[in-house]
Amino acid sequence: MSQSVEYIGLGKVLKEVCLREYLCAFRHRQAFINPLVFFAIIIALFPLGVSPDPKFLSMASVGVVWVGALLSTMLSLDNLFMKDYEDGSLEQFVLSAQPLYLIMLAKSFVHWTLTGLPLIIISPLLAMMLYLDFEHLPALMLTLIMGTPVINLIGGIGAALTVSLRSSGVLVSLLVLPLTIPVLIFATGAVQASIDGASINGYIAILGMLLMLSITLAPFATSAAIKLSVSN
Amino acid sequence: MKWTFFHKLGSPKWFFDISGKLLPWFVVTGILLLVIGSIWGLVFAPKDYQQGDSFRIIYLHVPTAILAQSCYMMMAVSALVSLVWKMKLADIFITSAAPLGALFTFLALFTGAVWGKPTWGTWWVWDARLTAMLVLLFLYFGVISLQSAIDDIQLASKATSILVLVGVVNIPIIKYSVEWWNTLHQPATFKLTEKPAMVPEMWMPLLVMVIGIYCFFTAVVILRMRNEILMRERKTKWVQAFIFK
Amino acid sequence: MNFTSLDSFLAMGGHGLYVWLSYSVGLLVFIIAFVSPLLKRKRIMQELTQLQRRQKHMRTPNENTESIN
Repeated sequence: MSQSVEYIGLGKVLKEVCLREYLCAFRHRQAFINPLVFFAIIIALFPLGVSPDPKFLSMASVGVVWVGALLSTMLSLDNLFMKDYEDGSLEQFVLSAQPLYLIMLAKSFVHWTLTGLPLIIISPLLAMMLYLDFEHLPALMLTLIMGTPVINLIGGIGAALTVSLRSSGVLVSLLVLPLTIPVLIFATGAVQASIDGASINGYIAILGMLLMLSITLAPFATSAAIKLSVSN
Repeated sequence: MKWTFFHKLGSPKWFFDISGKLLPWFVVTGILLLVIGSIWGLVFAPKDYQQGDSFRIIYLHVPTAILAQSCYMMMAVSALVSLVWKMKLADIFITSAAPLGALFTFLALFTGAVWGKPTWGTWWVWDARLTAMLVLLFLYFGVISLQSAIDDIQLASKATSILVLVGVVNIPIIKYSVEWWNTLHQPATFKLTEKPAMVPEMWMPLLVMVIGIYCFFTAVVILRMRNEILMRERKTKWVQAFIFK
Repeated sequence: MNFTSLDSFLAMGGHGLYVWLSYSVGLLVFIIAFVSPLLKRKRIMQELTQLQRRQKHMRTPNENTESIN
């Protein structure tokens, strides 16, 4: 008597992956608070290290907030694959009947909601501490909303390449940060344009292009790297 | 089309034998052309109208910059070959070429900066080309450190190939964004005259230097690849026989 | 010939420091690039011949060793 095997469809698999990610994150809450604190510390270091002069800070605020976002995302990338690699669930993802590309996309999305979104939520507070004008905050937040997923996706590639290493330290940052330079340039350019009174549409369009490019291409590289890392 | 050539390329032993024969030619040609080119550029090329004699740095800066960029392109092609056709020699090329590429990128940056001082008045200037070259240096460092961080050679080669390909997709985007960024932040009165309008007496030594540096690069890459082959294939019979001689 | 004397050649129209700094660092880079694989080759050959010798000794043990019984 053969037992009928229930076919688990793509949607269910992705839903399970997302739920699992959220559950694991909830159980290790501290690991997701650290990057936020790191973000705040970076912001605080600039006035302390350079100058609390409002004129200087308001000029530097956009760049400092964005650099802080970049660096704290780098810090949070460890959480993306490390635990899954250690307990073997990464292998299960690779062996799954569903495309690894989509599973990676789902993981990156969940990771972004857990790290990028909180960052975006506290960014207005930190930006105002650097004397960024109130009226430019929407531009800053829009660039963060469009740019942080790109950083998460590209960072995912770096995390996937190094997941099998014992202590990778800043290796992931070294690999990923040069690739995120275009996002940095266009995001800060957009807010700068808003400060200068010009239209930010062009910059947002380019950021959108980068977002689309990374959503479609990055998961390919990430899944190739994951398959590589679990195969040894 | 003779495909046997490409199949032969897959064999480290074949490459080892043939590179041993070609190596002296590349060494001699490379060094000769570099020396001739440098002397030609330093002594015989005419002085530049605007920059005086400091422009002679161009004979070092431009060839190294060209090589730094094409080295990465070569690595990208190798990475593709390695991932698709699983050719060992492609992996070996990437391992051997990366440190060289980084070295020449550094030299391009250094000569560019030193050229900047008399030309623009400052040791470092965040112009589009130098900044993009700096990012290229970071990309090289990433490749080198990823390779050295992973112990298993097969894994390291594949991971590095993926990284190189991701980098090469990014390079046009990075270049475009840096150039754009530069036009935004460049004070309007700044005139960048890096490549003076050149007469043949000026660009011929440059051509010699470019060909010479490519020959030199080929020679050193062959040297490094031969070392790499000896290490990786040390358990095979032909290497054992080679060492025994 | 652009330069009338060795002095003017070394001075490079006032930019001597920069030109010679670039070219000397350049020369250094080329030398390092060329010499380092040569040195590594020597090390590799030494290491591999040692390895080979050790393996030969393992396969054909010394005849002077005493027999167990």
